[in-house]
Amino acid sequence: MFDAAILILDSTVRLSTPLLLVCLAGLYSERAGVIDIGLEGKLLAGAFAAAAAAAVFGSPWIGLAAAVGVSIALALLHGLACITFRGNQIVSGVAINFLAAGLTALLGQAWFSQGGRTPALGPEQRFGELSLPLAQTLADVPVLGGIWSELISGHSILVYLAFAMAPITWWTLGRTRFGLRLRAVGENPAAVDTAGISVARMRYLAVACCGALCGAAGAYLSTAQSAGFIKDMSAGKGFIALAALIFAKWRPIPAMFACLLFGFLDAAAIRLQGVSLPVIGSAPVELIQALPYLLTVVLLAGFIGAARPPRAGGVPYVKER
Amino acid sequence: MNAQLPRWVDLGLIPLLNLAAALLVAGLVVALIGQSPLEAVRLIVQGAFGYGEGVGFTLFYATNFIFTGLAVAVAFHAGLFNIGGEGQAYVGGLGVGLACLALDRWLPWWLIAPVAALAGAAFGAAWAFLPAWFQARRGSHIVITTIMFNFLAASLMVYLLVNVLKVEGAMAPESRTFEQAGRLPRLDWLMSALGYEQGGAPLNVSFLLALAACVFVWALIWRTRLGYEIRTFGANPTAALYAGIDPVRVTVITMLISGGLAGLMALNPVMGDQNRIFLDLAGGAGFVGIAVALMGRAHPLGVLLAAVLFGALYQGGAELAFEMPQITRDMVVVIQGLVVLFAGGLEFMFRPLVARLLAPFLRREEG
Repeated sequence: MFDAAILILDSTVRLSTPLLLVCLAGLYSERAGVIDIGLEGKLLAGAFAAAAAAAVFGSPWIGLAAAVGVSIALALLHGLACITFRGNQIVSGVAINFLAAGLTALLGQAWFSQGGRTPALGPEQRFGELSLPLAQTLADVPVLGGIWSELISGHSILVYLAFAMAPITWWTLGRTRFGLRLRAVGENPAAVDTAGISVARMRYLAVACCGALCGAAGAYLSTAQSAGFIKDMSAGKGFIALAALIFAKWRPIPAMFACLLFGFLDAAAIRLQGVSLPVIGSAPVELIQALPYLLTVVLLAGFIGAARPPRAGGVPYVKER
Repeated sequence: MNAQLPRWVDLGLIPLLNLAAALLVAGLVVALIGQSPLEAVRLIVQGAFGYGEGVGFTLFYATNFIFTGLAVAVAFHAGLFNIGGEGQAYVGGLGVGLACLALDRWLPWWLIAPVAALAGAAFGAAWAFLPAWFQARRGSHIVITTIMFNFLAASLMVYLLVNVLKVEGAMAPESRTFEQAGRLPRLDWLMSALGYEQGGAPLNVSFLLALAACVFVWALIWRTRLGYEIRTFGANPTAALYAGIDPVRVTVITMLISGGLAGLMALNPVMGDQNRIFLDLAGGAGFVGIAVALMGRAHPLGVLLAAVLFGALYQGGAELAFEMPQITRDMVVVIQGLVVLFAGGLEFMFRPLVARLLAPFLRREEG
């Protein structure tokens, strides 16, 4: 029973990681007043760039750099459309999703001719599992060994990065000048403008942060969790992360817990596939997989505490003349 | 910034410029892959319009996109972004399919078709109801809720297909195939009247229904009291409220019409082509509808033209993928993204430029 619980929690951590990175990415963008429906697309593009670069150059770090670069480029395109040209942020995000879905599949086939996949990556081209100190020594100790050696140790560096990013984001947004300004352009851009700070510059910085984190999440998908890119491998994770962001009411630490919850649901659904449970019979896997969306809708409808988005979200800033 | 431009510029020139920009970038992508963009265009046009079967497929795909494009367009007029056309069409397919499964052994097709159409529209509208209600009454954002409802629709349909509708003993998660009476007639007579041979293309009478839907939406938006309310609400919700227009009523009714149009789309693949309920029956058409509505400037005629364009891209893209294996059908998704980007996200990029270039030629109305 304990071992099974550790196994499920272990895969919860693995499945939560991309959600958490993308969720925090969305948090930077949306707290600055730029709504981002294009998280899914940036995640997918990042995954493709990471796998393609890692396959060609043989290093996961070059893959990560490529993923971050490509994802930031898409984020800046989103910024160009909705910060500079004041276009509709939702429409622009939808465009990013289409572009990423189409280009990754198209370029994947054109460059590697494997039906949209990238070549399978060898161990040295992927982010390996880090063994934390004492993991070997403690492995046989009951309870503690399971928790330390199985659950906490033995993940790729991106997992630790993701979980470190939650408190870092909390600190950056809540305790630094940059964070204060970023939140201010999302709530009251006119006030920031009056203080002599460029609203556009702050928003571009925010979407760049968003792109960088989405890129890291993409690299995790294709070069840590799997060994290569598969067409449409993000499979809606960007939207689940968006749901988690709303679920967490745009706050970093609750975002981490929301992502862990949604990751846990995913892990449970995989674990329960085809398992027969007492009383209810076969496990309702579809229901468990639909729960993140269902919970978000219920939350948005205001039945469990209202979710209040940043006030200036979705509104392009027009400087008065 | 938003200088008034004549209608022919706003509705004709600017959409064409956006399309040209999108195709230009798409051409660059083709060149990047190492193929000739001009040859690609030739293959697409040849595949989409060069022979009867190709035209049939083009119009078959266009039928889907007319419905989903109209669905998005109607919501646009009320200032609502219905991103959930995909889910509404998927659930609409359940309505269409259930009507066919229930009636195909008893009634002829011309009696089943209206029932199936109504069921599809009703199911699609029902799937749009809750997001609309939550937007109007509980203040949740319709974009997010309709996205969530797309995923909920997918989960629901997978569950139903695997556990309820699947034929006993069969592997594929799909319903039984309808009897002959559960199939819509093809349009061979129309195609041969136009001098084409329809061949294997599944073009069927739902195309005519799509044309009728265009007329319906035009009349609704510009010739009825409800349409006036929808447009007023979309242009200025505060003024609409002041004028006595009930925002909850307009939001909900608009979304029901939008969802109903998306649900009607399912008639084409379910009753017109595959003759069963199957996985992913909307096949992304709900999302294409966003590009179609944006390009068509939310006008039924524009939607019709844009839908035919995308139908041609889908059909021509398949031929292109056959002739140039380096360029898969995903090229269409890229073009779709570029169209949404240029016609939607970057819509204000060309406008000031066009306004400045045309300024000397246009009589300025205001001093």
